[in-house]
Amino acid sequence: MDFRGRDIISIKDFSKREINYILNYAKKMISYAKGERCIETLKGKVLSSLFFEPSTRTRLSFESAMNRLGGSVIGFADPTATSQKKGESLADTIRMADAYSDVIVIRHPQEGAARLAAEFSDVPVLNAGDGAGRHPTQCLLDLFTILTEKKKIEKQKVVLLGDLKYGRTVHSLAYALSLYGAELTFVSPETLKMPKEVVNECRELGVEPSSTSNLEKAIKDADALYVTRIQKERFPDAEEYNRVVGTYKIDNDLLKNASEKLIVMHPLPRVTEINPEVDRTPHALYFKQAFNGVPVRMALLSLVTGRKL
Amino acid sequence: MKELKIPLIKSGTVIDHIAAGNAVKVLRILGIPKTHSFTVSVAMNVKSRLGKKDIVKVENREIDPHEVDKIALIAPKATINIIRNYEVAEKHKVELPDEIVGIARCSNPTCVSNHNEPVESRFTVISKDPPRIKCYYCEREPEDIAEHII
Repeated sequence: MDFRGRDIISIKDFSKREINYILNYAKKMISYAKGERCIETLKGKVLSSLFFEPSTRTRLSFESAMNRLGGSVIGFADPTATSQKKGESLADTIRMADAYSDVIVIRHPQEGAARLAAEFSDVPVLNAGDGAGRHPTQCLLDLFTILTEKKKIEKQKVVLLGDLKYGRTVHSLAYALSLYGAELTFVSPETLKMPKEVVNECRELGVEPSSTSNLEKAIKDADALYVTRIQKERFPDAEEYNRVVGTYKIDNDLLKNASEKLIVMHPLPRVTEINPEVDRTPHALYFKQAFNGVPVRMALLSLVTGRKL
Repeated sequence: MKELKIPLIKSGTVIDHIAAGNAVKVLRILGIPKTHSFTVSVAMNVKSRLGKKDIVKVENREIDPHEVDKIALIAPKATINIIRNYEVAEKHKVELPDEIVGIARCSNPTCVSNHNEPVESRFTVISKDPPRIKCYYCEREPEDIAEHII
């Protein structure tokens, strides 16, 4: 399968077969991602890391992935230090990154920014999150985490919890899990329910998600619980945020009733939604999930630059 | 003898089979009355074989294909009749192309196409009748297309 020159903008641009290929290829990257072995597959290649919005995991794991593959990274994590401050358009910034590097990673607050970037760039563009829009590499690492922990994604019982309205990761994930025929349960405050379009997409793929506000019951025989933060920055109204923050909390007391096999995932950062006491239980998978960003992003960088292991 | 509700025109365009109640939206798309001084006749809720419909007649002006695309967004069943010397010189149904560019603005205020970038708005047509479009950039589907036509 040839991904050379391909942009990674939305998970919907990929077939299930292509996703499987990426996930299986990412497995080969694990030992390199851990630093147990060294490679120089991308030696001489340069990554432009353009972060117009704050990020810890996505940016660091992309940069780690490029370095682990022997490539190098240029870019910024604070757009106030760039010509954007002088009013330069995103299109022109992308033209520059295109001239200076072999692959571009972009996070931007405006929805559709990565799609626009791909229009102005000849080198592949990887979307690292565009506003409340898409975040395909997060989705791939979430699928990778389920695959490596559960050995398969098909038919898994997955509970998506928290901000299902504004949370960009859960929209892509619900779609992607539906490709695999997963059993989906949505748990959220009434005002943060999964948008109708996303539910319809799941239905079109043959999955009928259920919705409930009873978390305890939902996780009783679930395989995975995917928790999201109620994101203050996405709320148009501070009052609405204050009404719903802290509605659900994951702690050891709640997990007493959960299935033993339940894994708890979170795209991080977490604030108060998962009590740190859960970190020490076998349910806690979120830090490993964050690590998985490295092999998955290594796989993508290797595939789109056409330099495979 | 049937009474003629709208007079015949010598030359211009007759837009027929507009879904009842949508004639005003079609006029807005054509920039009437703001930008033109042509005589325009509008008939609303006209009885026809297929139920009620609206008709718009614009004298001395033949509408161009770009405008036809816009009309298809509002009135997917409309027919365009070009009249020359009281005769129908051309007649065709409107048809939405698979992609529409520069015709409607994205309804999402945080979409990159609504900011200072050198691109035109761009939509993928997901359904021609009823018309449904999705922003190429942010994938948002506007609820009321007419509201966002440029």
